[in-house]
Amino acid sequence: MSTHQITLTVNGASHSVQTEARTLLVHLIREQLNLTGTHIGCDTSSCGACTVIVNGRAIKSCTMFAVQADGATIETIEGLAGAGLHPLQEGFWEKHGLQCGYCTPGMIMSAKALLAQNPNPSEEEIRYGISGNLCRCTGYVKIVEAIQYAAAKLREQQTQEVPA
Amino acid sequence: MIPSAFDFYAPRTLDEAIALLAEHGDEAKVLAGGQSLIPAMRFRLAAPAVLVDINGIGGLDGLRETNGHLAIGALTREAALEEYTFIRERYPLLADAAHVIADPLVRNRATVGGNLAHADPANDHPAVMLAYGAELAAHGPRGARTIPIDDFFTGMFSTSLEPDELLTEIRIPRPGPGSGGAYLKVERKVGDYAISAVAVQLTMDGPTIRTIRIALTNVSPTPIRAEEAERILTGQTLTDATLEAAGQAAAAACDPSADLRGSIEYKRDLTRVLVKRAVRRAAERATK
Ligand SMILES: Cc1cc2nc3c(=O)[nH]c(=O)nc-3n(C[C@H](O)[C@H](O)[C@H](O)COP(=O)(O)OP(=O)(O)OC[C@H]3O[C@@H](n4cnc5c(N)ncnc54)[C@H](O)[C@@H]3O)c2cc1C
Ligand code: FES
Ligand code: FES
Repeated sequence: MSTHQITLTVNGASHSVQTEARTLLVHLIREQLNLTGTHIGCDTSSCGACTVIVNGRAIKSCTMFAVQADGATIETIEGLAGAGLHPLQEGFWEKHGLQCGYCTPGMIMSAKALLAQNPNPSEEEIRYGISGNLCRCTGYVKIVEAIQYAAAKLREQQTQEVPA
Repeated sequence: MIPSAFDFYAPRTLDEAIALLAEHGDEAKVLAGGQSLIPAMRFRLAAPAVLVDINGIGGLDGLRETNGHLAIGALTREAALEEYTFIRERYPLLADAAHVIADPLVRNRATVGGNLAHADPANDHPAVMLAYGAELAAHGPRGARTIPIDDFFTGMFSTSLEPDELLTEIRIPRPGPGSGGAYLKVERKVGDYAISAVAVQLTMDGPTIRTIRIALTNVSPTPIRAEEAERILTGQTLTDATLEAAGQAAAAACDPSADLRGSIEYKRDLTRVLVKRAVRRAAERATK
């Protein structure tokens, strides 16, 4: 059984931690870094509640060992809000994109990675993009609207930042 | 569940990885995307004492098209296959499959090499590569060798790779003029394995099928080719009668088991229909 000293950047902050090889990334994030916004919804790599962004890609943090994240840059739900809510959080609020909220952090992280790749997705592209995230409450209609809201707002911010 | 304890190594070179595998033999397992191995370890279906993580080895991923073939590095992620437009244009069978494997989160980690090496009859790439007639490159302590895909799958979850060998590259023969392909999969929901799926790669000579390979996913203990169906279609034009005969031959060739995804009869009949549709779609793409 090996233990490893690893360094990773989470939401902009660098952490140097010791981890057993078999520790899953989600457990390190929740139990060692105390970032409990990332959820665990299943034992079968099926639900996406544990979604975080590793080096720009949305992945299931329950299906990666923490030691594999040595040197990685990770974004979790806690990194989103700045002075105010992130447009995705605002979208989920405004459009009622959640009920119990269990899937929401994973859903938002998937959506964030999607919008970084494709700032103006069609409804179909949004549905395809979040197809690894299960929600048992909303029926997805409101989630899609929330992501559309965020996409529009992010595009608006982008055009304001770049003077014509 | 938490996997049982193991020693973790992250070699930087192929030689280091092979040396580790040679040293630890049956005790060791290669870790690629981890999207099959980690779930298996969490269920304690697998409990390797040593994991050799190949993600840090340079040069094992990426696509390269040469005159003769498309070379896919074993560590190429499924997501990458979706991002290249030339794959959609020239390798529609591969593009079809990449789109329906697991879900986008899994595809960001899952590798093409892992999908083949795992040799799960439910995995989608085995049938795809059987239909392409791909060749696999492997490296071990005794050097490099190539394995024709027809000799690769030796049983459920077993391949002709030695425990100290790494799959490094998959080579798909470059499709010539008049070729087309298609992958049709029926799944209960996004991210699920196939109830049945059919891979077809063919070349047309006008209205006539000159060559064809057909392979089936998740309807027998190993991925299989529907050889009788291939024989029935070779040299023929696409008529309802020949397609039906081929579909029936494929249904007879498969050996599905009854489970949550359906009965034996249902899976056979689904395979019959999917063969007919996949051959038609491949032929339509060829004539374009
Ligand atoms: C929710 C979910 C849904 C899925 N749905 C599908 C689906 O619909 N279709 C489908 O095809 N797959 C599906 N998968 C499986 C997924 O595609 C796996 O990623 C794939 O089966 C294995 O690839 P990997 O890179 O993750 O391999 P790993 O899990 O890392 O390894 C799998 C096995 O292959 C061996 N191995 C890996 N790479 C090599 C190599 N280069 N040389 C030698 N041995 C190697 C490992 O030692 C291990 O035994 C799904 C997975 C999940 C979690
Ligand atoms: S907790 Fe369900 S996929 Fe990770
Ligand atoms: S809001 Fe309850 S699971 Fe999605």
